[in-house]
Amino acid sequence: MSLVLSEEQQLLKDAAQNFCQQNSPLTVLRRLRDSKDETGFDEHIWKQMLELGWAGMAIPEAYGGYEFGYGGLGVVLEETGRTLTNSPLISTVLIGATTINELGSENHKQDLLAKIMAGELLVSLALDESTLHKPSSIETRATKISEGFELSGSKTFVLDGHVASKFIVVARTSGDKYSMEGISVFLVDAGAAGLAVTRTWMVDSRNAAKLTLDKVVVAEDALLGELDKGFASLDRVLDIARIGLASEMLGSIQEIFDRTMDYLKHREQFGVLIGSFQGLQHRAATMYSEIELCKSVVRAALSALDNPEKNWDEIAELASIAKAKLSEVFFLASNEGIQMHGGIGMTDEFDIGFFIKRARVAQQFLGDAAFHRDRYATLKNF
Amino acid sequence: MSSSEDFRATTRDWLEANCPPSIRTPMVQDEIVWGGRNPVFKNPDSKLWLARMAERGWTCPTWPTEYGGGGLDKEESIILSQELRRINARPALTSFGISMLGPVLLEYANHEQKMRYIPGIVRGEIRWCQGYSEPGSGSDLASLSTRAELQGDFYTINGAKVWTSYADKADWIFCLVRTDLEVPKHSGISFILFDMASEGVSTRPIQLISGASVFCETFFDDVKVPAANLVGRLNEGWSIAKRLLQHERTMISSFGLASGQSDRGGTTSTVASLEGAAMHYRGDTDRLSDPVLRDEIAQFKIDSEAFAFTSQRSVEESKQGQGPNATSSMLKNYGCELNKRRYELLLKAIGSQALGWEGEGFADDELQITREWLRSKANSIEGGTSEVQLNVIAKRVLGLPDMLSMTRK
Repeated sequence: MSLVLSEEQQLLKDAAQNFCQQNSPLTVLRRLRDSKDETGFDEHIWKQMLELGWAGMAIPEAYGGYEFGYGGLGVVLEETGRTLTNSPLISTVLIGATTINELGSENHKQDLLAKIMAGELLVSLALDESTLHKPSSIETRATKISEGFELSGSKTFVLDGHVASKFIVVARTSGDKYSMEGISVFLVDAGAAGLAVTRTWMVDSRNAAKLTLDKVVVAEDALLGELDKGFASLDRVLDIARIGLASEMLGSIQEIFDRTMDYLKHREQFGVLIGSFQGLQHRAATMYSEIELCKSVVRAALSALDNPEKNWDEIAELASIAKAKLSEVFFLASNEGIQMHGGIGMTDEFDIGFFIKRARVAQQFLGDAAFHRDRYATLKNF
Repeated sequence: MSSSEDFRATTRDWLEANCPPSIRTPMVQDEIVWGGRNPVFKNPDSKLWLARMAERGWTCPTWPTEYGGGGLDKEESIILSQELRRINARPALTSFGISMLGPVLLEYANHEQKMRYIPGIVRGEIRWCQGYSEPGSGSDLASLSTRAELQGDFYTINGAKVWTSYADKADWIFCLVRTDLEVPKHSGISFILFDMASEGVSTRPIQLISGASVFCETFFDDVKVPAANLVGRLNEGWSIAKRLLQHERTMISSFGLASGQSDRGGTTSTVASLEGAAMHYRGDTDRLSDPVLRDEIAQFKIDSEAFAFTSQRSVEESKQGQGPNATSSMLKNYGCELNKRRYELLLKAIGSQALGWEGEGFADDELQITREWLRSKANSIEGGTSEVQLNVIAKRVLGLPDMLSMTRK
């Protein structure tokens, strides 16, 4: 297992960096936020990303993808994290396409993965039901009826939910509220009768939605994976998503750090550059060290995903290590970023504030550091 | 079969045939082989193991064969260490000659010096100690004042060193001395080697808070050293000194690496893993009952794993033959802080049984934890304090401006 990028991955990363810096700098997110954009991301930029093949990066060749691995998707996400580029890469590609690829039938894969890569389908996972990530705690119910299933319940933190044309809804088909048994996964059309979608405006200016399902009927073939036994596969999808998200977080963290170091080298007080103060130097050096650890865990986790010899227990551990560590360091770096910029860091005009807003959302999404420390301890049998 | 697979296969066969069974068990402190003129082999197999490994130069696998080293390339040396780890082989030789002096001799010494000193390091014939810190020069190492004055073909050395690890057991010393008093402090330092048996050298062990006495005070009173023992150029010893510190930091940073499932290298007892110890002393069977400690241990282990990946990445990133760079400060600092955290957590995990000093009522490894915990406090002081490492990172890696040069011209 290598912890350095392959030549191909490095080329892809350079290209992605070029694209993001040129086409989707932070001014794009600022414009989308200020104009209360209806879509919430820039459709033209998304179209260009699709043309670059980013949606098919981790999709097998058999379904028309590039089979370039999660390592490839990871470096792209790292670069979009630097510019805080908002796009369906997380909701539809990292999570949606992965769910279909891991859980879907041959038909689902042939049909839906092609549509995602062609930009004809936005799909979003509807999982969380409470204010905290607890993936096995599911109360939304799916009941077997003659024409298929009937779903009722509510969902929150559904990324890009207001523009998705399909949802992947996690529902309980048996068992009690906290049981990992009895969880099933369904595809639900956005236009289905009984489904209400409410856009929520989040602090990071990305898009999420709340869903209510009131006796939404889906056909038999809307079931993704096995009835009652969806949790294990879902957890695999979540681990892939956690690792991909960690990669995006890594990009944002590095960007905060670079901008902050630059500020320390230019801002003068008391007649000297503030970067010469030991009180700031030691904090900067501490942050640097933590970021180096972040790079290593993200690389280790991404290469494990592309390594057929790794089993899912190992990947689950790496996913929790990565999400816990990156959440902690994103917290640290975003706070230090504001503090070291001083008063100007508090102004909306200055960009650093966008990063602390994104940090808190990314920290919580798919489980915060405490969730993943607990999960890691459980995986390690203590 | 590729050449690396070939190398792996022959290495595996050789180790199978040559590594004695008792060497494939966790290392215990008093069986570590330090070599030297009067070597101690508490386990007779370790003498055999050293001889066999040294014969192939595998105590120093990547050093040139010309000087007795193994002559392996980077890939081969990684394979060798993987194969050694696979059978849990103990290190054949542990020495400051290998971890610190040898690499800088290869880089800075002349051919005669390499021929004279390096083979003895590879074979463990000479045990080296490090003459760096002085009573008045700790973090400000370059202010050292041990003098070396040239008189004919000899230097006469006068002064004192402190924190000299194992000076009382070492055969030779690599030593920083002041050779010019008239120039700024960094420009008047030289790097010199001499025999600890020389007339005028004396040592005094220092008792530490852990009760152990591995560090010494070392005194030089008109010690005569041949001028040919000076390494590199006169008055340019500071660059060698810094380079050697990078190697030292890399060595110390490995304290932060847990070995396999064990959180304390080499132990197989109930206190081998933190969570195992915590559960054992609480009588827990399937889940650690203290949720706060459970969270702290999980956080520690996550950081440990992240650190191990970072050490591995640093090895992969360094080009063949290229030694450690400024990131060695980062690894040293993080590894030391991790090791200190490990022992504080062990104390929490074990409770009052980890607070015994001696005598009845405590198991041997419980008493050992008490001492190791105290010993770990030195990790962030030796080889440059954590604060010095953070200064180095800020200046050398991050390029932050130097306060001293901004205010003091």
